[in-house]
Amino acid sequence: MEIIEHYLYTKEHEWINIEENVGTVGITEYAQSSLGDITFADLPSVDKEVEQFEQLLSVESVKAASDIYAPISGRIIEVNDELTEDPGLINKHSYDKGWIVKIEISDMDETSNLLTGDEYRSYLETLERDDHQETEE
Amino acid sequence: MKLIFEKSKPGRLGFQQPVSDVPVKATLPQKYVRQKEAALPEMSELDVVRHFTQLSQRNFSVDANFYPLGSCTMKYNPKFTEKVAALAGFAELHPLLPQLRSGEKYVQGALEVLYETEQWLCEITGMKAFTMQPLAGAHGELTGVMLIAAYHKAKGNKKKFIIIPDSSHGTNPASAAVAGYDIVSVPSNKEGGMDIVKLKAVLTDECAGLMITSPDTHGVFNSHITEIAELVHAVDGIMYYDGANLNATMGRCRPGDVGFDVVHLNLHKTFATPHGGGGPGAGPVGVGAKLENFLPISRVSKCVDGFFALKYDYQDSIGYIASFYGAFGVILKAYAYMLLLGKDGLKATSDHAVLNANYLMSRLKGVYRVAFDRICMHDCVFSADRQAERGVHAIDIAKFLIDRKIHPPTVYFPLTVKEAIMIEPTETESKETMDVFVEAMLEADALSQKDPEQFHSFPKTMPISRPDETKAAREMKVNFFAQNE
Repeated sequence: MEIIEHYLYTKEHEWINIEENVGTVGITEYAQSSLGDITFADLPSVDKEVEQFEQLLSVESVKAASDIYAPISGRIIEVNDELTEDPGLINKHSYDKGWIVKIEISDMDETSNLLTGDEYRSYLETLERDDHQETEE
Repeated sequence: MKLIFEKSKPGRLGFQQPVSDVPVKATLPQKYVRQKEAALPEMSELDVVRHFTQLSQRNFSVDANFYPLGSCTMKYNPKFTEKVAALAGFAELHPLLPQLRSGEKYVQGALEVLYETEQWLCEITGMKAFTMQPLAGAHGELTGVMLIAAYHKAKGNKKKFIIIPDSSHGTNPASAAVAGYDIVSVPSNKEGGMDIVKLKAVLTDECAGLMITSPDTHGVFNSHITEIAELVHAVDGIMYYDGANLNATMGRCRPGDVGFDVVHLNLHKTFATPHGGGGPGAGPVGVGAKLENFLPISRVSKCVDGFFALKYDYQDSIGYIASFYGAFGVILKAYAYMLLLGKDGLKATSDHAVLNANYLMSRLKGVYRVAFDRICMHDCVFSADRQAERGVHAIDIAKFLIDRKIHPPTVYFPLTVKEAIMIEPTETESKETMDVFVEAMLEADALSQKDPEQFHSFPKTMPISRPDETKAAREMKVNFFAQNE
């Protein structure tokens, strides 16, 4: 499963790429592959204030509708309008062209609540191990 | 098969209108008059009959095939209830009749059906009163949450959110949100029930209530349900019972006895009335004493002399939530079903539904990984993760079953189980039918080991094999003419 080392991650499988005080947010390769083909992203509006780990938007896939959470608090300064026409970008390019929003970060200290690329990789491994154990039961 | 619009031939008629011998005076303002003729198909009567007969033959229905769609309780609808609903004394009643002066005396039979159905549902669920009005399960949920909101408003409670388990039907959070509450989701534990520790962590005075399906969507009975009810009641929250799975426990466990304050039932599930496209449904809502005053109007009451009357004078009522008295024909069918089965019959219904689900679970569990390894209730949940490792996913197994003339079970739900396959046989299926299903499932597993590639071409026997679901969802075209433009 592809992971970008210098991004930060949540346990809910969102990523954030921080440049200066702006974070670009998307969902991980793991998230997009579990969701299946995404058919609709209910994009939030620009200027909306969001709180860390609160619901940011919901996406619908062929399997289900799921919530995506804000990895950090701040103000939404840009949304990826291309997703309205082509929500499949999240599937095809989850770490770049499939970005969802850009957030102007209000509290940089909150990054300590996020996982590094390495930590996220270990977290995914524990998830898979849990599944494996269930199989053996 | 061609669409009816493609079969249309200009000038062909199925019906000829007599020429009007009454002078016509145009009264419609010109701006409302259609500029272009309506694009209706032009066909003969025989062509129309054949078209729709052929369409109906393509319908995959419980009347033709096994339909183990988990959580949906697609049980067989006995035909005698159709007969009862078609009786002229019921079918030809005008809905306004009881509202005319002395009109009630002409509809005593219909009002008695509503009244008695309420009484019986009260007995089955342990509730104090019912409204029969909601027209579907989700409509019942909305009504139930509105009753919760009315209760808190009347008490001056400041409530913000409703707690819902992560295994819930999507309609639960949707109904609570439409009624104005925030949603707080609580994860399930390894046994499939609600995690009590995590519930306690989110339970505050701002909790308006908790909505839960029991037995829950995982097909397991929540053995902590009384404890959950006590915790929720301690913050003056309301316990909401989603009755989607009542088919497992009728006559064995009453929601009212384990702490629930409000319930909705799906007559089109548990009480064998037609479902989905064959509906309409009905989602009556029952309440305990706390919420009774808020029930919608009208309500049917029985006077001391045995006369049935519609009552509107309830000051705290949330008002109307549907026109007239609900889906009366559906309620009537459910009434006839209960009348036929009686107390013991309804209990036996639940017993057999649970027995059938456990039979399927025990026959398949060596081959498919069972999600919660314990006695199940009305349905059993498997994960096709072993098969998925061979490249055969839950959806592929579902498509394989179609070729065996079996409606696929529910797949990818509940969301808490990877590659979920949720199977609900219901009580009406014989052991022989279930054995055919088991053989098909075993065959699917064997084929996933030998030739996983083959699965991508299933189903082979249907008019359409694999519609592009993604494209259908992303580029929705619902208008035949628009797509040709």
